[in-house]
Amino acid sequence: MTVTVTWYLILAAGLFSIGVGGVLIRRNALVMFMSIELMLNSVNLTFVALSKDLGLIEGQVAALFVMVVAAAEVTIGLAIIVAIFRRRSSANVDELAEMKG
Amino acid sequence: MGELIVFIVFAAVALVGAIVMVTSSNTVYAAIGLLSTMFALAVLYIALDAHFIAAVQVIVYAGAVMTLFLFAIMLIGVDRPEAYGPVTMGQKVMTAVVSVGLFAVIVLAGRTAWVTGSDAFGVPDLNGTIENVADELFGTWTIVFLSTVMLLTIAALGTIALAYFDHGPKDEEATL
Repeated sequence: MTVTVTWYLILAAGLFSIGVGGVLIRRNALVMFMSIELMLNSVNLTFVALSKDLGLIEGQVAALFVMVVAAAEVTIGLAIIVAIFRRRSSANVDELAEMKG
Repeated sequence: MGELIVFIVFAAVALVGAIVMVTSSNTVYAAIGLLSTMFALAVLYIALDAHFIAAVQVIVYAGAVMTLFLFAIMLIGVDRPEAYGPVTMGQKVMTAVVSVGLFAVIVLAGRTAWVTGSDAFGVPDLNGTIENVADELFGTWTIVFLSTVMLLTIAALGTIALAYFDHGPKDEEATL
C-alpha cells in the first residue's frame, strides 16, 4: 500500500477544518491567530504535495511565498494584539465589540 | 512501507497537535500543540522531497513564529482565567458540525477534481533542493521575490510604529 497524493490532500483538508473550528469556537485572540496559522500551514501542505505529484517546483515556491506572508502577518497581528491588550487589559474578542480605543 | 509508517505516525501527530491547540484551555498548551503540528508537517515535507521547504518550515514557523507567539503569551499572561466563558454547549456543537461539514465538502468537491496520476506519484523526478528552488525563485519569480522583501520591510516598520506611537490609557486618564 503506497502513500498517494490523495492522503496528503485529505490530511490538509482535515487540518484546515480544525483551524476553521478554532477560529469559530475560541474567544482568545491569540488562539484564534494560531488557528489562522494552522490553516496557512495546511494550504502549504497542499501546495507541496501537488508539487510532488505533478513534478513542478512552482508549488514549493508558492509555499515559500505563503510562509513569507505568514511571517509578516504574525509580526503585525501580534503587535496589534499586544497594543489592544495594553489599552484594554484583555485579549478576549467579545470585549472588543465596540470600535473605539 | 517506510513511507506509509512515516505518513501515518506524523499525520497522527499533526492532527492531535491541531486538536490540542483548539481544545486546550491553557494558551501555552495551545502553542505547544501548534508547535508539534509544525514539526510533523516539516517531516511530511521531507517525505515529499521538499527538503528546503522543510528546513524553512522548522526555522521560520517552529523557530521564529512560535517564539513570537510565546513572547506575546508571556506579555499578556497565562494566569488570567481563560476567556472561554460565554461559549455555550450549543456553540461547541455548531462549531463541530461546521468543521466536519466543511471537511466533507472539501473532500467531496476535491474528488471530482482529484489529481488522477499514477499511484506511485512523483513520476517526473522532483527534488526540492536549495538549488532547484532558487533557480525557479530567482529565475521566473524575481519581481515577486523582491516585492516580498518590500512586504517584510513594511511589516517591520508597521510593528515599530504600533509599538512606538501607542500612548496607552495613561494619557487619557490624565486628561479626564
